[in-house]
Amino acid sequence: MISLLEKIGAWTLSMLAELGRMLNFILYTTYICLAAPGHPRHVLKQISFIGARSSFVVILTAAFTGMVLALQGYYTLTKFGSEGMLGVAVSLSLIRELGPVLSALMVTGRAGSAITAEIGIMRITEQIDALETMALDPFKYLVSPKLVASVLALPLLCAIFDVVGIWGGYLVGVKLLGVNPGAYFGEMERSVVWKDVYSGMIKSLSFGVIIAWICCYKGYYTGHGAEGVSRATTSAVVTSSVLILVWDYFITSVLL
Amino acid sequence: MIELRQVKKSFGSQVVLNGVNLEIPSGQITAIIGPSGEGKSVLLKHMIGLLRPDQGAVLVDGEDIATLGRGAMNRVREKFGMLFQNAALFDSLTVFENVAFPLQEKTKLSEREIAQRVRDALLHVGLAGVDAKYPDQLSGGMKKRVGLARALLMDPRIILFDEPTTGLDPVICRAIHQMIKETHAKFGYTAVVVSHEIPEIFDISDRVAVLYQGSIIEAGTPQEIQASEHPMVRQFIRGSLDGPIHMV
Repeated sequence: MISLLEKIGAWTLSMLAELGRMLNFILYTTYICLAAPGHPRHVLKQISFIGARSSFVVILTAAFTGMVLALQGYYTLTKFGSEGMLGVAVSLSLIRELGPVLSALMVTGRAGSAITAEIGIMRITEQIDALETMALDPFKYLVSPKLVASVLALPLLCAIFDVVGIWGGYLVGVKLLGVNPGAYFGEMERSVVWKDVYSGMIKSLSFGVIIAWICCYKGYYTGHGAEGVSRATTSAVVTSSVLILVWDYFITSVLL
Repeated sequence: MIELRQVKKSFGSQVVLNGVNLEIPSGQITAIIGPSGEGKSVLLKHMIGLLRPDQGAVLVDGEDIATLGRGAMNRVREKFGMLFQNAALFDSLTVFENVAFPLQEKTKLSEREIAQRVRDALLHVGLAGVDAKYPDQLSGGMKKRVGLARALLMDPRIILFDEPTTGLDPVICRAIHQMIKETHAKFGYTAVVVSHEIPEIFDISDRVAVLYQGSIIEAGTPQEIQASEHPMVRQFIRGSLDGPIHMV
């Protein structure tokens, strides 16, 4: 019994230490972003990597999400004779919920894993130590540009996701299933308010912080060798994805 | 001068350094030798603050760096250059960009001046025409020389060499040792070299310290170390299988 308590105690302490280290990591990164931001070229490079190069997968996901939303929405709304509300159903689902969440999950899978692997490999090959021996702060060169880029890129990707998803829904709802195009966009214009848009953008922004934070952290404190980097990468993707969904619930309950 | 006083370091239950006392005199080449896995690289990383001791003090010019914050530590690191075991070149940058990196980030020199200094540094280490190559296109010896060029570029007062010749053929190994000796004579830096290369390391060192079981068991001139009666030192220098060092 005492042995079990000891194990629980040791696990609790190690979890608390890990959480403390994670908190310290994001606080120090935020401080560096504000006090000693890196060269703009480092940030632009990361915006290109995290944002621009994720746009294809985001557009593809958005198109099919919008299309399937239209199919499912049409099926449900026809039961109530309200298929004219299809545009509202598609747009609100995308703008308030699916746009921010799915674009963030896509970026986690595409860019987040690569961020962890990149920083992890730099750690195990002593490249991060080399930066430190040159009296250069690795947070300034490796972590803070990724945080800034992620926070800037995610809302933009989310906006692209929303627009493409709405047109995907239009394609299926209007062109395939025969919903009136005027009703599709007209009801959407009447029902979607500014709060829906900015709550989606706030979500995206916070997901950007989560992705950069978790993925950089996991890479920075990776285990030994190729296996350590592989585990860190898996852990970064799983943790970021779960955290995005959990945080989504809490932030939705506040923004609703 | 670098001085380590009663430095202790453990990783979990494994004690790596168990009360190391060592003085590194200024302007000389000090070699640290000892069997593999005894903590020589760990010791070197303490000297530049990459690792902090559990106990003890690491004094650089009289200042204990074990207690310094990030900013103060970076000021101390300005005095250092380091050549890592695997060179630790930035693999996404070319040779030129690797060597130029500290100058671009820490000085206000023009692109032209930086290019000139990088070319000079690469010439010092006998490398020309590889500016545009990436680290994975270079041989092990070339990577080490690029690492040395990068370490020399900021004119450091102290350079730490972590097994600079490991994995290289004897000719390249000798060339690297010669390069350390020549650049040391030219620039007059303090050098600390962790090495396994016996007896070659005795030719370039002013002092040698032997690390075994977490502490310095012998330190002196290369002649004194070679004449040592300590059974571990004798076994290590001769590469004999009989003695206190056991293969794990």
